[in-house]
Amino acid sequence: MTVVQFENVGLRYGTGAETLSDVSFSLRPGGFYFLTGASGAGKTSLLKLLYLDRRPSRGVIRLFGEDAVILPRDRLPGFRRRIGVVFQDFRLVPHLSAWDNVALPLRIAGHPEEEIDQPVREMLAWVGLADRAASRPATLSGGEQQRIAIARAVIARPEILVADEPTGNVDPDMADRLLQLFEALNKLGTTVVIATHDFQLIGRVPAATMMRLDRGRLLDPTGALRHPPGASA
Amino acid sequence: MTARSERRVLDEAGGARAMTAVMGVMVFLTVLAAALGLATARARGGLDRQLAGRLTVQLVDGDAPARAAAAAAVLAALRRLPEVARAEPVPAAELRRLLAPWLGAEAGDADLPLPAMIDVDLSDPGAAATATARVAAVVRARAPGARIDAQGAAMAPVGRFMASLVWLAALLVALMAGATAAVVVLAARAGLDQHRATIEVMHMLGSTDRQVARLFQRRLALDAGIGGGVGAVAGIAAATLVGGELAGLGSELAAGARLAAADWLLLAAVPAAFTLLAIVSARVAITRTLGRRL
Repeated sequence: MTVVQFENVGLRYGTGAETLSDVSFSLRPGGFYFLTGASGAGKTSLLKLLYLDRRPSRGVIRLFGEDAVILPRDRLPGFRRRIGVVFQDFRLVPHLSAWDNVALPLRIAGHPEEEIDQPVREMLAWVGLADRAASRPATLSGGEQQRIAIARAVIARPEILVADEPTGNVDPDMADRLLQLFEALNKLGTTVVIATHDFQLIGRVPAATMMRLDRGRLLDPTGALRHPPGASA
Repeated sequence: MTARSERRVLDEAGGARAMTAVMGVMVFLTVLAAALGLATARARGGLDRQLAGRLTVQLVDGDAPARAAAAAAVLAALRRLPEVARAEPVPAAELRRLLAPWLGAEAGDADLPLPAMIDVDLSDPGAAATATARVAAVVRARAPGARIDAQGAAMAPVGRFMASLVWLAALLVALMAGATAAVVVLAARAGLDQHRATIEVMHMLGSTDRQVARLFQRRLALDAGIGGGVGAVAGIAAATLVGGELAGLGSELAAGARLAAADWLLLAAVPAAFTLLAIVSARVAITRTLGRRL
């Protein structure tokens, strides 16, 4: 059983050269993955395909057992609610408070207000921003905004968590704390995919699988990414 | 999302309040156009009812005694007809008064030969054609040279003019509704562009197009409701003022243009109808625009 499966996926922006070529891999449910590669290797593009921000130019992507390439538009929200995303540029809603930003996925999913307060408070406390709940993003530092973005991504307990450089703007202590949060989620069954340049961070999760992109191609010399041990499509 | 949390998702600061003013002007003009149409329709209806069963019999014999005798015979015959509710001779003094604007002092000349005229009201204006034929037969049997004029036919051009006014008012209301829908569509698209980043985030978090559309619908409905309410109050006040002045003219036709209670209710419903129109237009525009994105 795989939660994500890419087969010969290619992605091209407009009429330019392919940003991703022949990318094939499978992700196990509950797996922990680091996606690495030089700047411009295609990490963010691959993540965009994962969280359904784009459709590939070619190839097949299966998400939760369904073909995501031909998925009708009206079914996308249901799939997106199962995927938590930490954007590289945070993408917090600027006129909403930290509290409202974190609460947004629960509200979109239709949770009643009385069920939202406690998890939001707990999540803000976990990322160390309980005292900044009423602050708007513009008044928060880059690291604080990143923590709010992470809190927003994980609050709805997604089945897949996709994070693009999630610890890029925080100090090592906070990076450790956030990694613990990702690991805790992972233990609860969430498949975690983190794009990062930080090899120290990668080293802290020895059980994680590393995926390396090089100029739009996924390096998979042993074939373990395409056919992970113990997983069948 | 609850209404309260939805309100917070879009930045409410500034910008879109021009929509309130535009809606106010649109509804004000629409109420005026609708009031004009409804009042004209009322006046036309009254005119039709007044003239539908009325005839004028005219005897133009040059010999005054013979004319008087024929008039008396025709009047007596008409009063016996069941199709005739009322037949009254028009007094000579009234005829001279009517002619005075054209003939001046000459109209009072006793030697001026005046036709004998009889006003006839038919019993059933709905069967005017048959009754008119019967009246004509009776009149011509006694005065072969007599003329019978249906008053409704004489006023037909006025009726047609009023009907044109009603249609013109309806066209204005339709155009105003179309323009309002177009303004709402433009405002909705501008709002989507203005909040593009927020909407993208919402989509990525699993928001449906319907949820996004609802954010804008709520906001546009509020703007349309406030602007429309103010516009309707102003429009109804203006219509009341003009109606009062019309009533003061003392004209029977103008008095018929008075709006009924149902008409006022219809005018009061204009802002609600335009708010509904704004909601539907916004929803269609937003879901179509979002449908072109992933």
